[in-house]
Amino acid sequence: MTPTKIADLKAVPSTTDEFIKGLWRENPVFVQVLGMCPTLAVSNSAINALAMGLATAFVLVMSNILISSLRNFIPKQVRMASYILIIATFVTIVEYGIQAISVELHKNLGAFISLIVVNCIILSRAEAFASKNTIWKSAIDGLGMGLGFVLALSCLGAVREILGNASIFGITVLPESFQEWIIMILPAGGFFTLAFWLFLFNYFKLKKAKA
Amino acid sequence: MSANKTISTQPNPTEGSKKMLIAMVGIGVICALLIVLSYEGTKERIEILKAEALEKAVFKVVPGISKTRIFELTAEGTFVPSDGKDRSKTLVYAGYDDSDVFKGIAIEASGQGYADILRILYGYDPETQTVVGFYVLESKETPGLGDKIEKDETFLANFKALTLALAEDLSKIQNPVVPVKSGMKKNPWEVEGITGATISSRAIGNIIGESSVKMIPLIYSQKETFKSAPNPESK
Repeated sequence: MTPTKIADLKAVPSTTDEFIKGLWRENPVFVQVLGMCPTLAVSNSAINALAMGLATAFVLVMSNILISSLRNFIPKQVRMASYILIIATFVTIVEYGIQAISVELHKNLGAFISLIVVNCIILSRAEAFASKNTIWKSAIDGLGMGLGFVLALSCLGAVREILGNASIFGITVLPESFQEWIIMILPAGGFFTLAFWLFLFNYFKLKKAKA
Repeated sequence: MSANKTISTQPNPTEGSKKMLIAMVGIGVICALLIVLSYEGTKERIEILKAEALEKAVFKVVPGISKTRIFELTAEGTFVPSDGKDRSKTLVYAGYDDSDVFKGIAIEASGQGYADILRILYGYDPETQTVVGFYVLESKETPGLGDKIEKDETFLANFKALTLALAEDLSKIQNPVVPVKSGMKKNPWEVEGITGATISSRAIGNIIGESSVKMIPLIYSQKETFKSAPNPESK
């Protein structure tokens, strides 16, 4: 690492830094490899991936804001219980919201919406960031991490839907002569695609570090 | 930790407990308020969307229909045409083909699954006295295991000709629908379960069993009401 980079890390990160961190440098899926359950399970189509990503991002931002604003009020001993309670509340709100948008989408996402409660990205941001930082910074951190998750899920969902169903967001994009790779829609396709993206992400990261 | 140390780091243990209690109760109240607000805010729209989804599902469980008409079950056990707005009533959905011929009826039923309440819709044809279709309206069953009830083809094949034949006096079903283990189906009124989704598939068998025992004799005895229903609304 160059000396300037070390100095960068020591300096107080700016708002943009907090935001970009989640999107790229500390991307929850590609770098931290957190939240693998929804990443692999709900990325079989672009629309499901996007909806799941946005739902998680909303919960992440809202729970970060509330936890950060209550950080001096929550005693250390009951912080985990409090965080889970707050996260579960926003997940419930998201569930009502998705149902109000589309019953079909709610059915596709199924039990995975409720499982956002146990998504480790959210709890890890609550414990590692929101409980120690101001409301504004926590909101930005949540937004960055949330959008990083949306980005990662969309990358997976797009590849899987294009190859597995010859379409993206339900619109056919490949010619009819294209033989769909059914495996991409199946769970195994999730692992393949994730491996591919992790490889790509790390390859470019290493290349950039070397340069 | 010695007693002295405890006292020095935590001057008043009751104070600490009180703080924890206040924090948990406080957060609980805030969370409850948020949930109630969002529930009340979305309730109406969710109900409308659910009703729409249900009406669409009717076309999936009664094959070959192009129109539907809603009937409600009165306290006297008779079916009367309804606008379907009062969701507290027991509703059934009669299906008609292009030439207004009555083809079958869709019945909504629900019961306890593995994770939560399962809401299903099944189609019944009074002419053949069989279940002709099945659709899961709402399920929170474990992804990859319990949700096989919606996808497993062998399981769904159960509902292509599941017998609901009535006894001779037409007052009850001769052989109520019962769930059986995978590979054990011997009779046309048995629902063959799924290995790996035992509880969920068993629940479906039981839900149809319980609902049909109550509904089918009533529907069969009044099948003429459905047949003669005037001007079914076009969809």
